[in-house]
Amino acid sequence: MFTLNVNNQKYEVDVEPDTPLLWVLRDNLGLQGTKYGCGIGQCGACTVIIDGQAMRSCIRPVSLAAGKEITTIEGLPPDHPVKKAWIAGNVPQCGYCQPGQIMSAAALLSKTQKPTDDDIDKAMTGNICRCGTYQRIRKAIHEASAAMEEKK
Amino acid sequence: MTGVFLPDGGFRDRMPPLCHGLLLGISMETPGSGGGSPQPVPPFAPNAFIRIATDGTITFIIPKSEMGQGVYTALPMLIAEELECDWNAINVEPSPVGPAYNHARWQMMNTGGSSSTWSEWDRLSLAGAAAREMLITAAAKTWKVDPKSCHAENSHVIHESGKSLTYGELAATAARMEVPKDVRVKDPGQRKILGKPRLCIDNPLKVNGTAAYGMDCSFPGVLTAVIERSPVFGGKVRSFDAAKAKAVTGVKDVVQVPSGVAVVATGFAPAQKARKLLKVEWDEGAGAKLSTPGMREEYRKLAATPGTIARKEGDPVKAIAAAVKKIEAEYEVPYLAHSCMEPLNATVDLRPDRCDVWAGTQSQTRELNAAAKVSGLPQEKIQIHTLFLGGGFGRRANKDADFVTQATEVAKAVKQPVRVIFSREDDTKGGYYRPMWYDRLRAGLDKDNKLTGWQHTIVGQSILAGSDFGAILIQGGIDETSVEGAKELPYAVPNILVDLHSTENPVPVQWWRSVGHSHTGFVVESFFDEVASAAGKDPFEFRRELLRDMPRHRGVLELAAQKAGWGTPLPAGHARGIAMVESFGSFVAQVAEVSVDPAGKVRVHRVVCAIDCGQYVNPDSIAAQMEGGIVFGLSAALHGEITLKDGRVEQSNFNNYPVLRMNEMPQVEVHIVKSSEKPSGVGEPGVPPIAAAVCNALFALTGKRIRKLPIRPEELKAA
Repeated sequence: MFTLNVNNQKYEVDVEPDTPLLWVLRDNLGLQGTKYGCGIGQCGACTVIIDGQAMRSCIRPVSLAAGKEITTIEGLPPDHPVKKAWIAGNVPQCGYCQPGQIMSAAALLSKTQKPTDDDIDKAMTGNICRCGTYQRIRKAIHEASAAMEEKK
Repeated sequence: MTGVFLPDGGFRDRMPPLCHGLLLGISMETPGSGGGSPQPVPPFAPNAFIRIATDGTITFIIPKSEMGQGVYTALPMLIAEELECDWNAINVEPSPVGPAYNHARWQMMNTGGSSSTWSEWDRLSLAGAAAREMLITAAAKTWKVDPKSCHAENSHVIHESGKSLTYGELAATAARMEVPKDVRVKDPGQRKILGKPRLCIDNPLKVNGTAAYGMDCSFPGVLTAVIERSPVFGGKVRSFDAAKAKAVTGVKDVVQVPSGVAVVATGFAPAQKARKLLKVEWDEGAGAKLSTPGMREEYRKLAATPGTIARKEGDPVKAIAAAVKKIEAEYEVPYLAHSCMEPLNATVDLRPDRCDVWAGTQSQTRELNAAAKVSGLPQEKIQIHTLFLGGGFGRRANKDADFVTQATEVAKAVKQPVRVIFSREDDTKGGYYRPMWYDRLRAGLDKDNKLTGWQHTIVGQSILAGSDFGAILIQGGIDETSVEGAKELPYAVPNILVDLHSTENPVPVQWWRSVGHSHTGFVVESFFDEVASAAGKDPFEFRRELLRDMPRHRGVLELAAQKAGWGTPLPAGHARGIAMVESFGSFVAQVAEVSVDPAGKVRVHRVVCAIDCGQYVNPDSIAAQMEGGIVFGLSAALHGEITLKDGRVEQSNFNNYPVLRMNEMPQVEVHIVKSSEKPSGVGEPGVPPIAAAVCNALFALTGKRIRKLPIRPEELKAA
């Protein structure tokens, strides 16, 4: 039995300790915004924020996630500057990778308020988009950064 | 954008209330929306595509699948243009399968061939116009006035006196009006919506994580299965030992199915864990002899012999023999996987008297037929619920309905609702690849450097053989998709021969975004560049010259060259290349700017793209499709390769089947030609030119001609 703190809500889950966090979120908690893409930490579709860090939930055993603060796409408010920039920039195509992209971008902006293109490359290269929305993602991150700056 | 938008195929209605509310609570952006509850009756339903409820809710029933190309926005724009409705009141619902929702040209429900916009343009525009006329007639009748004194605007019918009624208020009366036979659609000059950029209606769902993809179909009692399949195409299970697999917590059953051995569990994690403990003996069959080097050798030999003629004009053999300069080259491209971000999957609830299938699919009719065949139920007992597709690219229009067939087989075996999920490895190794191709080309130039002869021999598997399109599109031994783009060489040449060897082997092949053009675009546009070089001409100018009678080809070529600054200086170590391909009725030219580092690694800095797709709906979606097509084509040009060794696919996941990532993304600029021509395709035409544009730039930079994809850094190292 593990206690998970997801989006400020506590959940008790009875699963094997080696179960990847991704599948606990999806299959046990019904939080399906976090996506399965590769299962080996190569594509970033499963990205969640754990204690402030963008992490690949497909390779993180639930036993190592227990007791930590986990944020999924459902826990990021709809008016979050990153989500707003994504909508305004018409970023999503099929949309499947976007929850992971958004979580990586949100984690980046929480640490680096004004990321350069190099910062974006470093933070976002682990997130694959087969539809090819990278250019719009880059632009949306800059837009979100500017919006966050303005809000201050 | 606040449209209520719940295309979840009803599976969320099957969830317990708490879970149901939890999930839907996030996706409901309009207060007071029904959250999947039945709409007030009687709704105004003038045709298969439009429903207007008495509360003013408007639902468009869309017969195309949303896989990132923006059809859930573009097709509603076509209707809304004529219906004059409030865009923010629109719901979009995926259509069921039925004759009314068949492709306007093909006798099946299908999303593919870059055909959604052009094939639905008239049908949906007319549907919107008819509904509008009925609403106006209903208002006129209510007011006892001449319909000509009324007009429709923003979900209201307004009389010249100023009084108005909402569409909701009129719905019940309009429902009793006769559907008009002759309706007029707007002249292009009157359009308010078409041709102007619009944000996609489903952005909020996709950004909040609430869009329901096939993978997200889950309800109480549904089990999850993974299938251990033969490591070799065509192999069969000889025997298996499931003792250890069955001991894993959460495993419900291990069953043999036609596609292999299915491990059925309470979730994906236990199913995958147990599957690794399975012991399966395979009868591998003839497929185990296949290896890429051997196949390549066989193809290379075939390419040197005459094939079945696809096009012949004049006497190219004689013309090339008499030429002052002869150019000859061989090109090759590998098998490619689609690698949609969402691995393949389908969920099936099979009961004695009905079968429900939830899937992200491009070909609902094939899925329905497959579920009927496997279940033994009549077709009218099968319901296909279309969910969002996490990428399609042709893979989700499987000619054998593979993922739905396999899921139905498992559901039949375990007698419980089940979702079959392909792991990424299953998806990568699962076949239905873009075929591997080998091409041999020859061309001749006369003393004035005029192109006098062109010969192109193509070797590779037929995609359409054995498919439901085969009967129409294979004529005289020529699969049209094997030669498309080569046969229609747009450049003026008096003598031409294009011939084909269709090979056969157990590797399943399929349409892959841009189909035959994904191969011929690269080969033809690269070889044409070789000819230009042999003629001592600028590659842009040489193309222009031989496109003198092709105004739309020339138009995009000139536009791309002009916007890219063709001929203007570049930073040291950079060069440009150009390519132009007509595909799916559209014309696309691209100019790529590249550099190469000392290790031979290619960097694409900028791509300028010009497209002429006739009249268009949503220019921002067109730009997105061009950006996406370029990324898709660059992934293949720089990285993509599926190879076989002893019948086994050597790639498995994104670590050994890499695709383009953020750090390799070029700056892409898209320019759309304003046109009054008929609408044509957008989803695929961005792909074909890019590999050639990049390789032509690499030639300009290094003098090295790339004739084999993917581009290998060792070929360019120290060049």
